[in-house]
Amino acid sequence: MIDTALATVLDRHRRDGTRLMQILRETQEALGWLSPDTLGDIASAIGWPRVRVESTAGFYSFFHTRPLGQYRVLFSDNITDRMLGSHELMQALCKKLWLEPGRVSEDGLVSVDTTSCTGLCDQGPAALVNYRAISQLTPERIAAMADLIRGKVPLAEWPTEWFHIEDNIRRRDALLDHGLAPGEALTAALARGPQGLLDEIKLSGLRGRGGAGFSTGLKWQSCRDAPGKEHYVVCNADEGEPGTFKDRVLLTTCADLVFEGMTLAGFAVGARKGLLYLRGEYRYLLEPLEAVLARRRQAGLLGNPIAAHGFDIEIHLGAGAYICGEESALIESLEGRPGKPRIRPPFPVTHGYLDQPTTVNNVETLASACLIARHGGAWFKAIGTEKSAGTKLLSVSGDVARPGIYEYPFGVSIAQVLADAGAAGVQAVQISGAAGNCLADDEFDRRIAYEDVPTAGSFMVFDHCRDMFEVASNFVHFFAHESCGFCTPCRVGTAVNRRLMDKLSAGHGSPYDINEMYKMHRLMQGASHCGLGNSSTTALFDMLNKFKPAFERRLHSLEYEPGFDLDSALSQARQMTGRDDAGAHLREDE
Amino acid sequence: MSDTFILDGEEIPFEPGQTLIEAAKAAGKYIPHLCWHPDFVAHGSCKLCTVKVNGRFVSGCTAQAAPGQNVENRTPELDDKRRTLLQLLFVEGNHFCPSCEKSGNCALQATAYELGMLTPHFDHFYPDRPVDASHTDVLLDFNRCIMCELCVRASRDVDGKNVFALSGRGIDSHLIVNSASGRLGDTDFAASDRAAKVCPVGVILKKRVGFAKPIGARDYDARPISQHVKESR
Repeated sequence: MIDTALATVLDRHRRDGTRLMQILRETQEALGWLSPDTLGDIASAIGWPRVRVESTAGFYSFFHTRPLGQYRVLFSDNITDRMLGSHELMQALCKKLWLEPGRVSEDGLVSVDTTSCTGLCDQGPAALVNYRAISQLTPERIAAMADLIRGKVPLAEWPTEWFHIEDNIRRRDALLDHGLAPGEALTAALARGPQGLLDEIKLSGLRGRGGAGFSTGLKWQSCRDAPGKEHYVVCNADEGEPGTFKDRVLLTTCADLVFEGMTLAGFAVGARKGLLYLRGEYRYLLEPLEAVLARRRQAGLLGNPIAAHGFDIEIHLGAGAYICGEESALIESLEGRPGKPRIRPPFPVTHGYLDQPTTVNNVETLASACLIARHGGAWFKAIGTEKSAGTKLLSVSGDVARPGIYEYPFGVSIAQVLADAGAAGVQAVQISGAAGNCLADDEFDRRIAYEDVPTAGSFMVFDHCRDMFEVASNFVHFFAHESCGFCTPCRVGTAVNRRLMDKLSAGHGSPYDINEMYKMHRLMQGASHCGLGNSSTTALFDMLNKFKPAFERRLHSLEYEPGFDLDSALSQARQMTGRDDAGAHLREDE
Repeated sequence: MSDTFILDGEEIPFEPGQTLIEAAKAAGKYIPHLCWHPDFVAHGSCKLCTVKVNGRFVSGCTAQAAPGQNVENRTPELDDKRRTLLQLLFVEGNHFCPSCEKSGNCALQATAYELGMLTPHFDHFYPDRPVDASHTDVLLDFNRCIMCELCVRASRDVDGKNVFALSGRGIDSHLIVNSASGRLGDTDFAASDRAAKVCPVGVILKKRVGFAKPIGARDYDARPISQHVKESR
């Protein structure tokens, strides 16, 4: 007998297995967790072997196949949250709740843990409570939160200001100051015709804003030209790169522009359906975005056979997996499977969603396309540099006076951004998230542009008080947590690196271990299956080269140091014999 | 006349649509591999078959052969990477060859011998992976799983049963079976399934035939794994 809540969810998704991600999320929201029986019911309803349903449920961080409490508190564990004291706040909450991180309380009421960057770095420390974002945590909020949890107060009755998310737009340029009314870009595009629009996009020099910088015009043209029953447009809003939050702000302040960009893409490639893949951390945006979609349908800007060429959009939520930012992993997830990158070629433009031609574009890319449709390719190309047309949104966080969103024409120098954000005594800037490069202070005259410093938009600033080893360690842990586990070098390599960093952290490291990290870098860069593995040691490599003393400070000596601590190995024996006198310890020199 | 590419300086003919590893195998050339099997769709996860095509790293099991490619295979650089990959696989699981029923028939062990891997090099992870002896005819020893998904593919594509899948993520990836209890005995798995015979390591073992053939007289005891490719031509 299927639970009625589950039956409602299944019916809403037409018992369609490709919608498994949404089925699992909504079921969990209704039932609290995904029990073996629930998974079995879902499997029979969608006609999949249960092993495949379990495979998906077991892959994503936000799905639980065991009860994790009525309240699940996840502290954002990005380095910027840590710098704002998130770790201490988590310890404080655990202490108040008599709880260990990662464990469920004895009464099954609550669990507290960490999660990867939640995209609130400009207003951290942040946390998700039952997957709802809370920003600007303070010791006072933590104390109040412990009381609310112990009093079993429903989340809906928690102080509303906790859930308020700021936009923090600090600098606007062509995109954020677009001035376009809903439908204006679409009307212009319809007048140009699909090929006319494509020609303008090509002329504009628009390149992917997700970091890779592939020509949008070429991508759309290849998708358009690829044969298929259906064509699809996918908007990649799985903004998982630590330190980036510009897509959140675009979806909050310019949702119309993003949806209109998707509609333009659909017009250009000949698609009738668009899918927006929204990261699970932005669950709170789902209802507002659905409302925008409803309004656009009402206005004839979606679904309308003439004004919108019959194009409509659906939102899919992710469930806590950084890897789904990789376009083929994202498509796997859209089809209800674990987000493991596909073998490429074939590329999504020929074999994407449901094996049909699909263009996957970043939120900012699609929004930018509206400017081109309205003002033309030449207008857009005149902004920025020769190889990097247009503007770029930067998510600035870390040691700056004014964290937030800064939009600049391409070509802006790192130093200019730092000055505008009010940074002083800067030691390093981590560009483009944990997967990007780390720049030291002698490189701040370099420029944000595909031809110099390409970026997906994350811009994390570290002043001279920061320990770059801690930054590196945070990123290494991030990748070990987020590796999908498909290929050997990334699955095991990221775990080996985590062990090496922990060893250094514990004071047992030696130069040998640092060499081992270089070795893992050389292996993973090249042998890995996808961009995550290939770039997972980029920042570590930069920091090892540019901030080596931060690592060497962690070593007892620059000579050999055994990784094995003889005295601590005796701790069990001490415990068993109840001894802790001097004679039960080994002296340092022994 | 078919097209050719260059593999370690030798000209290798290929048919259109063939991957590098398929063409190499047809020519009796060994490209090290673990997750690839000629009877199944390529997977590309173990990365042992990583070769360099015109200076760029690619997986030999998924890259299509093309005329004139210069493919580096058994170079010191690539074999060095492969040794490291093997070491990673060894320390990730619990592999203890001297007591393993698969010893001598194990592709992981044989490839390690082939590539001259002398030590595991890295600290062992010692994962906790209980065995599953619930099935009447087959034992599952997950300690040795290398996540190649050959059993997943065989059960799905040949047996039509979907007995296996990988779940979890990253280093917590693990093989699961298709039953509510999570036990193989509660699935429709049979010892006659293709999936029962495809495991390259010692995870899926037939019961009651252990050590029937003594160690020393097994497939890879007599000849290294690279020779098998030449003979199966």
